[in-house]
Amino acid sequence: MKNISKTTKSNCITFGIVILAYIIAEALIQTGHMSSLMEGIMVPLCVYVIAAVSLNLIVGVLGELSLGHAGFMCVGAFSSAFFSKCMMTSSMPEGLRFFLALLISAATAAVFGILIGIPVLRLKGDYLAIVTLAFGEIIKNVLNAFYVGLDSAGFHFSMKDAIALDMEAGGTIIINGAQGITGTPRSSTFTIGIILILITLFVVLNLMNSRDGRAIMAIRDNRIAAESIGINITKYKLMAFTISAALAGTAGALYAHNLSTLTASPNNFGYNQSIMILVFVVLGGIGNIRGSVIAAVVLTLLPELLRFLNDYRMLIYAIVLIALMIFNWSPKCIAFRERHSLKDLLKGKKNTKEV
Amino acid sequence: MSFISYLISGISLGSVYAIIALGYTMVYGIARMLNFAHGDIIMVGAFVAFTVSSTLGMNAALGVVAAIVVCTVLGLTVERVAYKPLRQAPSLAVLITAIGVSYLLQNLALLIFGANPKSFTSVVPVPALKLAGGQLTISGVTIVTIVVSIIVVVVLSLFVKKTRAGRAMQAVSEDRGAAQLMGINVNGTIALTFAIGSALAAVAGVLLCSAYPTLTPYIGSMPGIKAFVAAVFGGIGSIPGAMIGGILLGVIENLSKAYISSQLSDAIVFAVLILVLLIRPTGIFGKPLNEKV
Amino acid sequence: MALLEVESLGISFGGLRAVDNFNIKIEKEQLYGLIGPNGAGKTTIFNLLTGVYKPDKGTILLDGENMIGKKTIDINKSGIARTFQNIRLFKDMSVLDNVKVGLHNHHRYHTISGILRLPSYFRVEKEMTERAMELLKVFGLEKEKEYLAANLPYGKQRKLEIARALATDPKLLLLDEPAAGMNPNETSELMDTICFVRDNFHMTILLIEHDMKLVAGICERLTVLNFGQILAEGETSAVLSDPQVIKAYLGE
Repeated sequence: MKNISKTTKSNCITFGIVILAYIIAEALIQTGHMSSLMEGIMVPLCVYVIAAVSLNLIVGVLGELSLGHAGFMCVGAFSSAFFSKCMMTSSMPEGLRFFLALLISAATAAVFGILIGIPVLRLKGDYLAIVTLAFGEIIKNVLNAFYVGLDSAGFHFSMKDAIALDMEAGGTIIINGAQGITGTPRSSTFTIGIILILITLFVVLNLMNSRDGRAIMAIRDNRIAAESIGINITKYKLMAFTISAALAGTAGALYAHNLSTLTASPNNFGYNQSIMILVFVVLGGIGNIRGSVIAAVVLTLLPELLRFLNDYRMLIYAIVLIALMIFNWSPKCIAFRERHSLKDLLKGKKNTKEV
Repeated sequence: MSFISYLISGISLGSVYAIIALGYTMVYGIARMLNFAHGDIIMVGAFVAFTVSSTLGMNAALGVVAAIVVCTVLGLTVERVAYKPLRQAPSLAVLITAIGVSYLLQNLALLIFGANPKSFTSVVPVPALKLAGGQLTISGVTIVTIVVSIIVVVVLSLFVKKTRAGRAMQAVSEDRGAAQLMGINVNGTIALTFAIGSALAAVAGVLLCSAYPTLTPYIGSMPGIKAFVAAVFGGIGSIPGAMIGGILLGVIENLSKAYISSQLSDAIVFAVLILVLLIRPTGIFGKPLNEKV
Repeated sequence: MALLEVESLGISFGGLRAVDNFNIKIEKEQLYGLIGPNGAGKTTIFNLLTGVYKPDKGTILLDGENMIGKKTIDINKSGIARTFQNIRLFKDMSVLDNVKVGLHNHHRYHTISGILRLPSYFRVEKEMTERAMELLKVFGLEKEKEYLAANLPYGKQRKLEIARALATDPKLLLLDEPAAGMNPNETSELMDTICFVRDNFHMTILLIEHDMKLVAGICERLTVLNFGQILAEGETSAVLSDPQVIKAYLGE
């Protein structure tokens, strides 16, 4: 049983880090030591942590490259914001409404996870990567051309423009094409974000240490061997994609309810966003969940902390990215590190594996 | 008649995608890496041509040559500094590095040229062609783009098939280890591939901005992604595949813009890609991947 | 009735008839050897038996049940487990977890129980760990249970693969060159282990092997394959003294 207690211990440390970080951040906020700028990025920070951890389920645990994770977030964001907007006039208490919105975001994103899971079963490696990228772009693109209105006659849909909705007077446009959804209730809080992170970690870590998680990892390590011992490849690949998508969906809901205007622009749900989440996963260590949490926090804070550098900050971010990769993987750097035993300083390296 | 005109401009756009896709496909075939920074090389090429011909007021042809030279050197430098140390690294590490290079190029351009869009003056001196009694006008850029892409594909195919260096490329893409044992300079071959790919990207950048004359530090990324899609479409690693994939993509994009919805054209392009890959998981000309048990 | 009955099995790749008219009958608890020069089609037969390739001709009956047209995972569920010539372990998982994946279809709890850690999770996980440890003990791997599979020495990797295959509780165990790359000491230890598995698990075993000492030492019957066809079949000692077999192995 030593094996189990060891992973349990490691998981507890991960949970502990998150809770500790929450207590410190909350203390800083309460005592007024945190700038409003920093306070403002606390919820997005939670969004990225959840996104990174859930993507690690696909990249690190299942071993498939996905470049469409922002697509799942986008689905979650829009479905939950749509729900909240529709329910705003009802007498439902805000807590319950947001709870239901989160459930809806998870469920809708899960459905899309299954949809994208189907090509996954046929494709490998870079071909799969480009399909997931295409999927994310399709979602963003379609939502930008999607109009929904609500009046006394019920819902109206259009893929053309708001006028084509043909609404009665007094009806409201809920999704207004590229203008997205405006007036979403701002129900997201830092505390809810942390709770969602803890739930995400709970789901992913427990899954990894269960029978199903082992099956998923077996597929990653050797698909042919996994088949030979009776593992249902289809089932477990879909499972990984669905759970990951559902979690990313809740991250999207958290994101949507932190803004009063939600649009599907390339900046928030484009492939660049998917790539950024992938960067968190790779730098945190592929398959290393704690690493994803830390990398997401550090790399989201880094551009903010570099703000004093103004125009140079993204340049420095890019250089840091390249330098980190070379430092981690170049044979010369590896040899140098071994000579000078700086190895312990490098987190995640040991758990990183080729995908 | 409007259909034919949409079709021709689609082929023209597709030809640009094809030239970019050729670079993608060759680099992928030989270095086994998705060079996400490839699109940004296009942007650099366009900016160099713009600087030489508009800002410095020199000859447009000189601008094109300068763009090709700068991009080739840039491609070689990026390969040497960022990618070469990572030959043995996991493919994801290389992918992230490429993304880093992409951010780097975009932000450098942003610092140098600013975020305001520049208006690019076409460097193509060919007059428009009027056909069918003036009902159908084909712009000079369109003609030049199509012609250039045909020349590029023919020359490149001959180069790969007939020359020593080209055969070395084929060998390296087939089996890097074996090629090395046969005495092929693998590092040199990979560098050469990057040089060719980057030179092509420069050409594509100039052509793209001659047709769509708005120049920003981000213009490369979407065509880059589309060209990547085109390369996958045709089967990554295949030269005719990249050509046909690029043209198909351009045509589908333009026709859906014209007849279905301009907002949804990208979605349609990507949806077609997914369908193609579901039917042929390694693209139109791709070799099937079978794992030996 | 024999446990495994294969009749006139065949498959072609392109124009090459890789396996032609292959027949074999293996009785329960028999230790059966499949030998032949490189490229004779031995591994192809394993791939046909486990559904990796679809035969274009022939029948495969396991315990009277038809295996033709079944998927690899269903064939495993019906009772055929195998190892691979080029070891295929789950190399980034622990030794213990490798075996536990093998137990996947025999010890179940719902995904939800796994995620929410319901009592059935702890109960079944405990069963799985105990069973896996029993299997690891048989192969002398219990001390390495927490190692990553990739970090095991070569000989132990081969053993772990057998343990993993056994974990699926098969009726028939296919071993593809289990002694490849082992030194004589390791090989003779492996021979003891294979016999132990047969006796204690009442296992039927079909193995491909080039090491004649192992084949002669433990196999009861042999089939010799050459260019995809059966060259000889019968009791081990008789087959090994067959002049045709000697010729195929040593050349003219």
